[in-house]
Amino acid sequence: MEFGPHLVLALLEGSITAAVLALTAAGLALVFGILRVVNVAHGEFFMLGAVLAWFISTTLAEAFGAGPAIGFVAALLLAPPATALVAIAADRLVLRRIGYDPERTIVATIGLLYVLQQATLMSFGPEARPVEPPFNTRIALPWPERVDGSWALGWPWGFGTTSYKLFVIVAAVAVLVGLWLLLRHTRLGLIMRATEQDRDMARAFGIPVTRVYALVFGLGAALAALGAVLVVPIQQAHYLMGGDPLLLSFIVVIIGGLGSVGGTVVAAVLIGLTDGVVSVFFSATLAKIIATLLVAMVLVFRPQGLFGKASAR
Amino acid sequence: MSRRLRSSLMRTAPDSAAPGSTVQPGRRRTLKTLAAGALGGTGALGGAGTLAGLAGLSGHVQAQSAEPIRIGFQVHRTGIGAAYGRWYDRTTTAAVARINEAGGINGRPVEIVAEDDGTDPKRGAEVIEKFVQKHECDIAFGTLFSHVVIGSAPRAGELKIPYFVVSEGHHVASGMLNRYTLQPGITDVRSQVQAMAPYVAENLGKKVTMLYADFAFGHDHRDYFSQAITDQGGEVIAKIAIPPTETSFTKYFPKIPRDTEVIYHVMVGPSVLTFVKEMGEFFGPSAPPIFGFIDSLEAVDIASPGLEFLEDTYFWEGFPRYAQVGEGGQDGEGNVNEFDADYRRAVGVDDNGASVTDAKDVSTYAHMFGCWETLNVVKAGMEAAGYRGPEDRAKLIEAVEAMSDMPHSADHPQGAKRFNGKTHQTFGHQHISKVTDGRLDLVHTTSIEDTLYPDEVDYTTRSF
Amino acid sequence: MKAWLLHLGVLALLVLAWFVLPPYHTGNLARILVLAVYAQGFNLVFGYAGLLSLGHALFFAAGLYGLGLSIQQFGLPALPAIGVALFFSAAVAAVTGYLALRTRGVAFMIVTLMFAQTGYLVVLYAGTWTRGDEGFVIARAARTLFGLDLADERIRYFAALTLFAIVFLSLAALVSSGFGRSLVAIRENEERARLLGYDVQRIKWRAIIVSGVVSGAAGAAYALLFGYAGATFASVQYSILPLLWVLLGGPGTTIGPLIGTVFMFYLVDFASEITDAYLLLVGLALIALTLFLPRGIAGELRRRGLTWLP
Repeated sequence: MEFGPHLVLALLEGSITAAVLALTAAGLALVFGILRVVNVAHGEFFMLGAVLAWFISTTLAEAFGAGPAIGFVAALLLAPPATALVAIAADRLVLRRIGYDPERTIVATIGLLYVLQQATLMSFGPEARPVEPPFNTRIALPWPERVDGSWALGWPWGFGTTSYKLFVIVAAVAVLVGLWLLLRHTRLGLIMRATEQDRDMARAFGIPVTRVYALVFGLGAALAALGAVLVVPIQQAHYLMGGDPLLLSFIVVIIGGLGSVGGTVVAAVLIGLTDGVVSVFFSATLAKIIATLLVAMVLVFRPQGLFGKASAR
Repeated sequence: MSRRLRSSLMRTAPDSAAPGSTVQPGRRRTLKTLAAGALGGTGALGGAGTLAGLAGLSGHVQAQSAEPIRIGFQVHRTGIGAAYGRWYDRTTTAAVARINEAGGINGRPVEIVAEDDGTDPKRGAEVIEKFVQKHECDIAFGTLFSHVVIGSAPRAGELKIPYFVVSEGHHVASGMLNRYTLQPGITDVRSQVQAMAPYVAENLGKKVTMLYADFAFGHDHRDYFSQAITDQGGEVIAKIAIPPTETSFTKYFPKIPRDTEVIYHVMVGPSVLTFVKEMGEFFGPSAPPIFGFIDSLEAVDIASPGLEFLEDTYFWEGFPRYAQVGEGGQDGEGNVNEFDADYRRAVGVDDNGASVTDAKDVSTYAHMFGCWETLNVVKAGMEAAGYRGPEDRAKLIEAVEAMSDMPHSADHPQGAKRFNGKTHQTFGHQHISKVTDGRLDLVHTTSIEDTLYPDEVDYTTRSF
Repeated sequence: MKAWLLHLGVLALLVLAWFVLPPYHTGNLARILVLAVYAQGFNLVFGYAGLLSLGHALFFAAGLYGLGLSIQQFGLPALPAIGVALFFSAAVAAVTGYLALRTRGVAFMIVTLMFAQTGYLVVLYAGTWTRGDEGFVIARAARTLFGLDLADERIRYFAALTLFAIVFLSLAALVSSGFGRSLVAIRENEERARLLGYDVQRIKWRAIIVSGVVSGAAGAAYALLFGYAGATFASVQYSILPLLWVLLGGPGTTIGPLIGTVFMFYLVDFASEITDAYLLLVGLALIALTLFLPRGIAGELRRRGLTWLP
């Protein structure tokens, strides 16, 4: 394929990665920003979302003969709240008891990771299982080509995408807009931001901080699960699928700048797109090496991330 | 007394009569393991997944009073290999049940002591140590993933326990390992890949674009196939390496050159379905012939939604997943189905290669037969060597090294084998299938000669 | 004084263990001791300097491959190969440490993680020599030191123990020295340390280098004693493990890393005897541990009475 269409294709694919990553990372940004804890099990909430999506759509298909569209919608509506419940349970049983101490949270969430992975392995099994997308038509994309000395639209071989992939991008943007509205224009959002800015002051103002924490933890998990539900018809549900999203989400949150969900989204877009584009030019592993070093260097020279405040927290 | 406690009190060291045994001054106590055998036979603690039902208690085996032969089964219960591990487990159980029903080995029942290695090389080595020093196994067996094999083999060599791997890796025959590691039940990737080149060049195309997972297994495909296709007058015009953890593949397909005559793909890992789906979405209706390795789709249903694109594509199959009707392949080798039906029944797989209890649970049919055949080789070896206990481990290895032709039989349902005692690697027939109407239909079986390559090592010259 | 008795006592116990414990456990211990060296390296930076690095696998791998490739590709005998490994780890630690120290807190975590990931990817990329994820075997013939065959159970055990003892005692001395105390001062209140005139950056950098060399020594020892080098050891998992061991055993204590490593090993081993779903048990155990023993085992002992615990 010529360079132009190849690049555009890579950007398109990168956008999907970015969209899902933005959702997952936004969830982590909330938890990281407000609770100030490293949740090593965040990737597992992502995985749970995918696994639950499979479970819901398969059950509906088998028990009621529901089509993939209904199964998908049900998954979209049910999987994130269910995952949030698991997260809130973890918060109440464990995180609250250890006082959100950063080091202890790391150990506790590593433990949680093992528990969730093993539980999923025992119930869902070790295979990767697909989930059918609600719709998926292939869309060939045009590209201007020079034909006989004048420009015309051609359809290069292999240059296209699918309707579902475009939907993922649109849906992710919609959810992120919704999240932004929640944070900026609702009372709940105000409470969350106040708690993030200064926990003790918030408590002094009568904000039920522990309840906010539980809510935020649940919301963070739900966002990750939502990202997973959107992506699972493209990928598969697998019990080990949480590892990469965890890594990437962390990078994105730090690069974006702690305390800035907006920064996180921008960083997700950057990283998602870069990943796609760099691989056009270099072999995939080399591309990853470059991308990884790039992330490190961004932080070395701008430790607060792209949008964080300059003073080290 | 609990078995673990008893084990830790018994410091059974290899007999001083055994060649090259490691001697620990002042600590050796050669205890008879018969007493332990009585306890071990029940595997009472259910610990380490001991399959109690097999230990000489199944049905009408007369060997109850005989001490069992303990086979340490290094299985991938968790980690990236878990999907394979489950089927390796089932096949091993079935193979052992069959051996025990026929009277065991040398009149002794076979007992499997399974330990999860987490598909991790560090844990794999620890598990080997456990087999030798805690569970007192006679041999270790069953590993699939190459990095676990390579990580564990040095320990197996040092502890002098025969290590029968079912890995498909070229590491055994490459000479990297030791005289204690053998692979008599499954062919290796080099011979598989090499054998594909003639068919591909003749029937599909000579200009090949390869898409492979960018790790050692994929590199083996890249290297061996490039060599083999060149020998057939063909050429690999593009080599596209994809990181094994990749989840989105569309950006790689544009690298496929327009004049590609055939696409060769071998991807592993949970994202394989995405790979195939996106490949289909990329090409749409105008795709060149496609040849892949079923490794990509082990434990995955070919008829899964999104895989429609695979129709009319070709696959290497270690052992045809779908029960084939009629004559199979080249060579007058005969009906692939001959011993297949009995084998399928024993391991609980239906004619579509899925579990008889759950049609959605597709097996890893192209690999798991290796467990069955390896255990039968172990049996034959132990009987030929007159194996009595760990002191005869070297004799067992020598007996297996002396083996060569193994005919197509109930012991070797995948097909005839030719074992190379010097390289510790077996060779066999390779199969090519075509996806037709959502099933895999066998279209070609190679000869064993097609799969041979020059020896890279002679383990028999190494000492024990 | 009590501290020295404790340290020597621990070492004496480990020597005794060889004669008392069955081969299964001494085999485990040899491995555990090498990994405990790694944990101790990590503990210096995390427990004492308060720097949460998520990239120590880079140093472990530097030692592992430094030794492994020297023997495998260049045919060096073990002793010079060890030298190469230590030098290489020091160099890697110096460079990455210098860059990473320009950041702090969570950014430091990610930068170290990224450097380690880069190392992992480079190992994969250089697959022609490293065989990537599959790894390679280090020939038994090459695994001899001072004429001793390191594959022999007894020699391996005492080699591991010797390495452990050297690191254990050296680090114990280091952390009770001025340098060690300045690390703790920096951990407790960096601003104050700076105001008191300490060259904070330089001190932290030195700590990272020492930590890198110790971790690299563990990696080299692992390759030499167990005969295998593979990319798995450079992966994220092997950066998380020492963190886990140190947190469980007690960060900022000298015996904490050993305790944590022993504990985790036997927790997994014991749990896998009981059930196939042993990771579930391990996960629950970790949660329970952090709920009830927040400062790790040694840390809790120190807090609840043994205040002299170093």
